[in-house]
Amino acid sequence: MSREVMEYDVVIVGGGPSGLSAAIKLKQLNPETNVCVLEKASEIGAHILSGNVFETKALDELFPNWKELNTPVKTKVTKEKFLFLGKTKSFSWPTWLLPKVQKNHNNYIISLANMCRWLAEQAEALGVEIFPGFPASEIIYNEDGSVKGVATQDMGIDKEGNKKDSFESGIELHAKVTVFAEGCRGHLGKQLIKQFELNKGKDPQQYGIGLKEIWEVDENQHEEGLVMHTAGWPLDNKTYGGSFMYHAENKQIFLGYVIGLDYKNPHLSPFDEFQRFKTHPSIKKYIEGGKRISYGARALIEGGLQSLPQMFMPGALLIGCDAGTLNMPKIKGSHTAMKSGMIAAETIIEHLKNKKPLSIYEEKFKKSWLYEELFAARNVKPSFSWGLILGIIFTGIDQILFRGKLPFTLSHKHADHEALMPADKMPKIEYPKPDNVLTFDKTSSVYLTGTNHTDNQPVHLHLKNPELPISFNVAKYDEPAQRYCPAGVYEVQKENEVLKFVINSQNCIHCKTCDIKEPSQNINWVTPEGGGGPRYGNM
Amino acid sequence: MKILVAVKRVIDYNVQIRVKEDNSGIVTDNVKMSTNPPDDNAIEEAVKIKEAGKATEIVAITIGDDKAQETVRKALAVGADRGIHVKADGIIEPLAVSKILKAVVEKEKPDLVFMGKQAIDDDCNQTGQMLAALLNWPQATFASKIDVKDKSLEVTREVDEGLETIEVNIPAIVTCDLRLNEPRYASLPNIMKAKKKPLDQMSAKDLGVDTNPRIEQIKVEEPPKRKAGIKVANVAELVNKLKNEAKVI
Repeated sequence: MSREVMEYDVVIVGGGPSGLSAAIKLKQLNPETNVCVLEKASEIGAHILSGNVFETKALDELFPNWKELNTPVKTKVTKEKFLFLGKTKSFSWPTWLLPKVQKNHNNYIISLANMCRWLAEQAEALGVEIFPGFPASEIIYNEDGSVKGVATQDMGIDKEGNKKDSFESGIELHAKVTVFAEGCRGHLGKQLIKQFELNKGKDPQQYGIGLKEIWEVDENQHEEGLVMHTAGWPLDNKTYGGSFMYHAENKQIFLGYVIGLDYKNPHLSPFDEFQRFKTHPSIKKYIEGGKRISYGARALIEGGLQSLPQMFMPGALLIGCDAGTLNMPKIKGSHTAMKSGMIAAETIIEHLKNKKPLSIYEEKFKKSWLYEELFAARNVKPSFSWGLILGIIFTGIDQILFRGKLPFTLSHKHADHEALMPADKMPKIEYPKPDNVLTFDKTSSVYLTGTNHTDNQPVHLHLKNPELPISFNVAKYDEPAQRYCPAGVYEVQKENEVLKFVINSQNCIHCKTCDIKEPSQNINWVTPEGGGGPRYGNM
Repeated sequence: MKILVAVKRVIDYNVQIRVKEDNSGIVTDNVKMSTNPPDDNAIEEAVKIKEAGKATEIVAITIGDDKAQETVRKALAVGADRGIHVKADGIIEPLAVSKILKAVVEKEKPDLVFMGKQAIDDDCNQTGQMLAALLNWPQATFASKIDVKDKSLEVTREVDEGLETIEVNIPAIVTCDLRLNEPRYASLPNIMKAKKKPLDQMSAKDLGVDTNPRIEQIKVEEPPKRKAGIKVANVAELVNKLKNEAKVI
């Protein structure tokens, strides 16, 4: 079947910080460049979820006059706290003893979704064409194997795969260079990494799951500009993770929890850890009596430089967290994602103008502050595989004494999906029932995400082996999908004494955790019909 | 035959509505907006009639702030030929909308005016009816099927008792039900083409319409939270509770 074709100089897949920065930089360097951005969400920002304490380094370079441009970057960090939590007690770590990378006094508390909306406005003003609601579902290759572009998803296909009356064929977008900027665990990026062996010689990628809620609280509980992080309870010493609490404008608190997806206990439920974390006296006091107004979750990259795949390939570039440019000890990926996009733009302009190969991306990357940052950060995450306490001691030595310049590089030994231990070898975790005041169940949480997928469309969560969840996972891991999914997509139900694996794909909030953590890599996340997924406001 | 279709920009139906803290209204900042769903049916029906060769031009109109333009562009992307954006800020009540539409109808002289049966934000269900009264045109509300005849329309209406089929003479106002059709998707090439279609801008003032609200909104509140249910041991207890506590029997 032949599809309609649209030609561009550059097609960018994904309207997040990296993709939009690439688009803007391309237009700044050469306004004649034909650029389009495809975004799977119904509007820019609707699938963006991040803390976010924002470092302006990349924005300073992209728009030196950004302070005059009514950016949503307004709340300066005024105060910082770091707490170690015990079950009921907490111990405050003096901030002067924090490594420099974890100090935030020049940074801002922002909503990354709003930031992306602002970037999109700038990009459109420069002539970039942005198409929200159009997921790129397929990579198109040239005969010589190089990337030719992407195809958008067909619309109007029913559950069984038949065309409905409203069927609208996807189209092909061909480009001189295609930029993949889908964010962590992009489903096309994943294919490219395999196709071009971009991760050859690299450590396995490491991921985390981040959960976030926005609370509206009373004035007395709110300290605009306060940034607080915690480690410790409710996680054990062996599980990597911690919380963030950012006091943003309008009496809102951005509260979140991040857990490394290399956790071992299949009984662990990241969602429930986050819920019970909120009951700690040091946290509760900030949100008690307040109102939860948003909820969401998204996987993030934690592998750093050791796991960063090669970012160029014939005809295409892989940028931002689609590759994995997040700086883990800084717990920041927005400025690095933006920078990776800006380097991509510089590379593409030289490629189009002077026929330079796309491999010059690597040289430009290595000469940039982005590389310097990721290099200095590289040993922090792997050191936490020794546990929280040793991790902190090592990180102190590595980051404070040596500033990331130790003459060796620790490696990540395992992929996250290999980390789970059998269910009968690990302790069961009893999570308290939600009180619907501070803590909630998944159903009422998912409701707040506004997620929706047109019913009567094919399930977008593919099982390579449909029998595996019941035949293997239930006995060995007590089917962990029931717990690692933060949206209650996966359920094991009993019908007439027979177990059945149910996929509530309409609940999916596009976090990609299942694609990462499924122990046999049995779940493949593909794009649903355009516009589906969460409708996040200022996440 | 020319069809004027009115479309409204509303909060997306998937978004959970939130009341402002000071109870002065609902939160619309950073909230996903889209076309009022039955307005999509109205556009779709107009496009179908044009595709069947029974209409020659479709004009999509919206009233609202600058961003309301997106709603007209969306209508253009699924088949409207031309757009009109009447600029107006704040709450525009159905009466003001009807008066604006009347002024535009007098200028554009369409044979039919289509719109959704009601908007999902204020749920007024008044605009079509008021416009019919102001123009003294026949109206067919809650349409779930439309047959275009020579000088009239045969319209099936969704009414409380079931379906009612009526015939109205053209020119007429039709308000559309969700059952009327399945709106098509806007394809990428059509979105591109829509950017080049003509879109006229004017203000309510240009049309001589006063849009000041006639109703003062005093307070917006969330509905009271539902209490959790209880389990009863037996029928007798249930009957007792229904009688004495709930007082429903």
